[in-house]
Amino acid sequence: MGLPVSVTVRGPHAWADRTDGVVRAFYADLRQVDRTFSTYRADSEVSLLRRGALSRRLVSPDLGHVLDLCAQAKELTGGHFDAALPQPDGTRLLDPSGLVKGWAVERAAAALRALPDADWLVVAGGDVLGEATAGPAWRVAVEDPRDRSRTLCVLPLRRGAVATSGTAARGRHLLDPATGRPVADHLLSATVVGPSLTWADVLATAAFVEGPASLARVAGTSGYEALLVDPDGGCTGTAGLQQHLPVA
Amino acid sequence: MRKILLAFMTTLAAVVSLFGYRTSTPHPVSVATSTVAAAGSGGTTTTDGGTTAATPAAPSTGAASSTVTGDVVQTRWGPVQVRITVASGKVTAASAVQVPSGNGRDAEINGYAVPVLDQETVSAQSASIDAVSGATVTSDGYVTSLQSALDAAGL
Repeated sequence: MGLPVSVTVRGPHAWADRTDGVVRAFYADLRQVDRTFSTYRADSEVSLLRRGALSRRLVSPDLGHVLDLCAQAKELTGGHFDAALPQPDGTRLLDPSGLVKGWAVERAAAALRALPDADWLVVAGGDVLGEATAGPAWRVAVEDPRDRSRTLCVLPLRRGAVATSGTAARGRHLLDPATGRPVADHLLSATVVGPSLTWADVLATAAFVEGPASLARVAGTSGYEALLVDPDGGCTGTAGLQQHLPVA
Repeated sequence: MRKILLAFMTTLAAVVSLFGYRTSTPHPVSVATSTVAAAGSGGTTTTDGGTTAATPAAPSTGAASSTVTGDVVQTRWGPVQVRITVASGKVTAASAVQVPSGNGRDAEINGYAVPVLDQETVSAQSASIDAVSGATVTSDGYVTSLQSALDAAGL
């Protein structure tokens, strides 16, 4: 199923032709990403790499860059984010999708960032990225993982990203790289706020895998804050988000 | 403010590009009554690389209830179309007019996704929130159709 992606532009030129062109370019950029990274296409670069039909030395600059980011992500998260997932037979399967999602949107958004006199907001299947300099901060609600029609709190976003990882929407799709099995039930969701969507996404995914101990890890990552929801619906957060946590 | 929506192929799940699957039979938005509370400045529109979606409803004062039907959107499991009811500028009801029902998996998806999103639509009133961050939403056909209905209603 496709990921719904919406773009909101606010400012005196929101309806200008140039804005049209920029948004079209944004979407075209996202469509391009699929040709390289889709694990559902046999002819994508990732698929070729997986089955040994393409050498690691010969991958495109984009894929090479993503693989480098995946290595950094694994180190940053103490292995809780890992693009090489263990399989039942003991081998490892490459799947950088968890990092590509945020990275692709963030890179494509460079075009939006270049719009003059414009505040903008991108929502891509639960990931949020935006800038609000002229107008009021964007109001980004955090979904209640126990009831997707409700929200837990609202975070004001001036410039940066909000990413949430959890199993509410798609069932137990997240695997623990240490075991190759579905993640333990220690959290319902993990939300990370920070300057980069790529890293907010990585940290949120890793936090969901790691559990409550991830709070200290995110707190120690300069510029990033986290909000965790435990199985009882209780919320804990890093210092910067304390004021936004819902009252118990 | 201007809002544009498009679903795009994702590396994380099955591959469907809604942009490429627009229905060929014209299904303009139908408005049951002529009175719809319009958004403030600018209103909204939906574009997907060239094809204009629903015709925006004419802004007017007064707040009767109106029903807006979104575009039919083709998904890999078939067409999805959503109808919403707007009263005083708020969505009061949302329902799926057409849902895919060709195979067993459809029933499984529809059984879960459609009722959840109906409620979500009504609860998540857009007035004070610009976006919701949550676990990845993948019910593309429904969301896109709802969005086109919302955009048409000028919410």
